[in-house]
Amino acid sequence: MKYFFVQKRTLALIVVLVPMLALFIYVSLRSGPLAPVPVTVAQVESRSIAPALFGIGTVEARYSYKIGPVFAGRIKFLNVHVGDQVTAGQILGGMDPVDLDERIRAQDLALQRSGSQLNEALARRAYAQTQARRYAELLVAKSTSEEIVATKKFELKIAGTSLTAAQNEFARMGAERDALLAQRVNLALVSSVDGLITARNADPGTTMVAGQSVVEMVDQKSFWINVRFAQTHARGLSSDLSAQIVLRSQESVLTGRVLRVEPVADAVTEEMLAKVVFDEMPSPLPAIGELTEVTVMLPVLPTGPVIPNAAIQHIDGKLGVWQIKDDDLLFTPVTLGSADLDGHVQVLAGIQTGDRIVVYSSKALKATSRIQIVDRLLKAKS
Amino acid sequence: MISLAGRDIMHAWGKFVFTGLGLGLLIGVTLSMAGIYRGMVDDGKALLDNSGADLWVVQQNTLGPYAEASSIYDDTWRGIRNMPGVERVANVTYLTMQVRQGERDVRAMVTGVTAGSPGTPGWPPYLVGGRQITRDHYEAVADIATGFKLGDSIQIRRNNYTVVGLTRRMVSSGGDPMVFIPLKDAQEAQFLKDNDAILQQRRRTTVNPVFNRPQVPGLLEAVIASQSTNTYVNAVLVQIGASYNADDVAESIRRWKRYTVYTRSQMEEILVGKLIATSAKQIGMFLVILSIVSAAIVAFIIYTLTLGKIREIAVLKLIGTRNRTIAGLIMQQAIALGVIGFMVGKISATLLMAPIFPKHVLLEPLDSVFGFIAVVVICIFSSIIAIRAALKVDPAEAVGG
Repeated sequence: MKYFFVQKRTLALIVVLVPMLALFIYVSLRSGPLAPVPVTVAQVESRSIAPALFGIGTVEARYSYKIGPVFAGRIKFLNVHVGDQVTAGQILGGMDPVDLDERIRAQDLALQRSGSQLNEALARRAYAQTQARRYAELLVAKSTSEEIVATKKFELKIAGTSLTAAQNEFARMGAERDALLAQRVNLALVSSVDGLITARNADPGTTMVAGQSVVEMVDQKSFWINVRFAQTHARGLSSDLSAQIVLRSQESVLTGRVLRVEPVADAVTEEMLAKVVFDEMPSPLPAIGELTEVTVMLPVLPTGPVIPNAAIQHIDGKLGVWQIKDDDLLFTPVTLGSADLDGHVQVLAGIQTGDRIVVYSSKALKATSRIQIVDRLLKAKS
Repeated sequence: MISLAGRDIMHAWGKFVFTGLGLGLLIGVTLSMAGIYRGMVDDGKALLDNSGADLWVVQQNTLGPYAEASSIYDDTWRGIRNMPGVERVANVTYLTMQVRQGERDVRAMVTGVTAGSPGTPGWPPYLVGGRQITRDHYEAVADIATGFKLGDSIQIRRNNYTVVGLTRRMVSSGGDPMVFIPLKDAQEAQFLKDNDAILQQRRRTTVNPVFNRPQVPGLLEAVIASQSTNTYVNAVLVQIGASYNADDVAESIRRWKRYTVYTRSQMEEILVGKLIATSAKQIGMFLVILSIVSAAIVAFIIYTLTLGKIREIAVLKLIGTRNRTIAGLIMQQAIALGVIGFMVGKISATLLMAPIFPKHVLLEPLDSVFGFIAVVVICIFSSIIAIRAALKVDPAEAVGG
């Protein structure tokens, strides 16, 4: 009985101590720095990838117009507001003519006076012609002196010159009147194209200097996107490539194409600039300045070994992947090709299709790391 | 030969094991405290490791970018790239802020990484899910400690970012998880506050007569535009060629480019020696206090256990047991108690305390070994008092009242 009691106590102690010891050994070896690193492994696939470039841009109008006076003056009236549709030749507003109308009227009167003077000169010349002819006939009849005839010829010449001067003066007055009329017309602010008013910078009564814009307008048919691509990620960017455009204000994906790549890159922001046009102008029209995300599709590449970009490591100055060979870790340097936006990268050299590589690891790996291959490192989404 | 200690433990094993368990929890707290200190140091080192840099180029005479604010122009890298020995350079920005996701927000260190490919300095060196950033805007890789999931949309300042990748142990020196976003967005986030702030700034500029001059059309617009751009970064991360010495390259950048440059060891000194010095001292102090308390408790326990069996010891003495045997009995029991306590402590620290602790707790195997030796030594010394008490027992007590 006593023997059994001792047995029972020993058993109980063993039941407590042995699991504890086992747990202790497990804890010491399977956690902390000695624990194997859980990793996920994938095979290098052979597939083609479709690289794409991603950039952001703003909606801009290719043609925009700033309409304002060419002389300093005060705005008399303004017929349009922001958002108005206008047509080519439409009068948008006008500058105050101040005394221009009076000056035109004065010029009209001056022109009339000049016409009277012209008529007078015509009459004088007709009279001088008659006199000259009459005295010439009288000289043939010996009824007058040669001196008087010479005087009449002189008077005829003077009358002719006066007539020419009067004609010129009349023409000058006419031209000056035309100039004033042209200036009068020029006071009108006229739309040069069919378009949309985007800004009304001043209201009637405001004094503007020459060259200041009163209204700004754009040609809506010329909307395009000024896209910026990081220079390091702009390889392959060229005109006529198709593009997907997502406007910030809209969910849907629009299509377009690269119209041109700007010959001048932005040296400060280290970006390439390109203009992307819509295949079909969206309706309603996007706001100018709206932010857009543009994805430019590059030609699909031929099939080749492809790895996920999460597998790429940079160790001792070399890009490579952790390859699993005979259950051992081996850092294999690779030469990378193009990548797509979903994180697939083509491998040009270093590994072959079918090789097993580490994709995810729960800590940085070393060649001496013990690894434990698992299906996934993240818990499934609940 | 009969093991007296073993027999005695067997006699009241329940009491013994539970005492060991209690002691173990105390040792577990002590080990965790050491782990917290190691974790703090490791956080700092992880920050340096994860940046992948050999040199940090920062604003002159600052301890940036981690311990102090540093701000340099974002085209500084061009000049540094041309220095002999420099293999790779990358701009980087760091900004600790609240990152919003739906209703909740998480304190995180937002890191702006240069556009490039995996392996660029500053990029997260490994992932546990998803992929690395491929677009130059509006994508993020987050540490899993943020609680974000793949595909989540998070908000940093004015912009929304999609979480495309998850990583782990990417933390700031303060232990805040990191969120990696493209540099251009990070520069904007650092500078452009929020829409209200921008509006206020515009309003202030507009009412300032120096900038809003009617006779100079376009000046106000130009000033406002210039206020909305940020051409600064916090540091340039430099990787040097294999055949170059980091100190030499650092010295030449310091000399010719007029920036402050830190090497890995200098940066470690700043992080460990300056940034976490006070916290480390606090933890160190706790560790010392806990060790003293643990030692005292072990001494008390063994002393009480010994006093509990003083009559039995007197009997042993009466039957002529040698003092050495009695001392051995007590000391063996003390060591056994310490060993059980240490095992329980190690298990509880690893499985219970470290995972639920909000900061990183790193339990180094070497620390455990030192901890074990310390526990055994403390137990031996603690048992001396009990041994003295046991040896002073008069054998007559065994037969007395």
